[in-house]
Amino acid sequence: MKQVLVVDDSAVIRKVARRILEGMHFRTSEAADGKTALVECQKAMPDVILLDWNMPEMDGFEFLCTLRKMPNGAEPKVVFCTTENEVGHIAKAMHAGADEYIMKPFDQHILRSKFEEIGLA
Amino acid sequence: MTAAFSRFRRALASLTGIALSADKQYLAESRLGPVMRAHGVEDFAQFARMFENRDTDALVRDAMDAMTTNETFFFRDRAPFDEFRERVVPALVGARAREKRLRIWCAACSTGQEAYSLAMTLDSDSRALRGWSVEILGTDLSRAAIETARRGVFSQFEVQRGLPTSYLLRYFHRHDGDWRVNEHLRARVAFREFNLMSDFRDLGRFDVVFCRNVLLYFEPETQRNMLARLAEAMQDDGYLFLGASETAADASPCFTPGTSDGLWRRSAAARPRLLTA
Repeated sequence: MKQVLVVDDSAVIRKVARRILEGMHFRTSEAADGKTALVECQKAMPDVILLDWNMPEMDGFEFLCTLRKMPNGAEPKVVFCTTENEVGHIAKAMHAGADEYIMKPFDQHILRSKFEEIGLA
Repeated sequence: MTAAFSRFRRALASLTGIALSADKQYLAESRLGPVMRAHGVEDFAQFARMFENRDTDALVRDAMDAMTTNETFFFRDRAPFDEFRERVVPALVGARAREKRLRIWCAACSTGQEAYSLAMTLDSDSRALRGWSVEILGTDLSRAAIETARRGVFSQFEVQRGLPTSYLLRYFHRHDGDWRVNEHLRARVAFREFNLMSDFRDLGRFDVVFCRNVLLYFEPETQRNMLARLAEAMQDDGYLFLGASETAADASPCFTPGTSDGLWRRSAAARPRLLTA
């Protein structure tokens, strides 16, 4: 069973995302900011990271850039999941190594579709 | 089932091919309520009479728009598009090397996502088709759906179902909070209001036809008739994509099963015996 780390400062979003992902037969864990997510990744690298952009401590973009420089940091698929919906943000995320991009609000259809895109649904 | 609903069902099937089952009266009344109000019609019996008699073009068109199902999204089911890219296009590139011309028809294209998905598929791997004339035609019964398809404006929700983010960046731009297909891609797809019950002959012959999840709304006899007419509208070595649960086996020998669910090959040896509609 693949492991998804849900990184979002909203407890509600984390709960909703985990519920959908567990329904898709993923194991899930969570972090409320980028810094905590990095610690989780150092302990055990997940298969997929569902990543918010705007968070306290360390935002999603900084997390992604740091992750990709870590040993094994190129391995997880990263799917941004954020209210940032301008072309510039999307392009910046994809160029920095994101695999897919979800613009909030999202639902199970969108989440499933994006996980299909990265070959994991 | 009321007499009025029975009358409406017959008229709808005759006009569009859509076969409403007897237990769908609630669906018809629910979908047609806004149409009735817009045209000042007070009860369903009166409406059914007006529809049957085709009192006004606007009333008939609005009713047909209301009764068509426009569920669609980009790269729906994915596999047909993979098959199209990996097998069908390379085969046709070889077979049409001399004339360098491809014609593709999305029959019942709804709001255009399938036609644009094909255009993106061809554009993203365009080297093999450089210098070719490629025509993609999307048709649908619903005028409202065709107008949406022509505008090429889709909501944030719509562009996130089936569409890879790399394609969103490459083929769309922001448009008043929504997303619009770029002009160069819109120019590659033509859309036209068209009733599949009418004569296909003025559309010309196609190399590939996508007619997915359409036949399932028709009675078996209408399905057989439509498949025979589709065969007539296709090149002898053409490809027909149906929905995965639909079959062209009843139209044998005009079509033979292709290499995946929903894909059918036009049989060169057989010309269809056209049935009267």
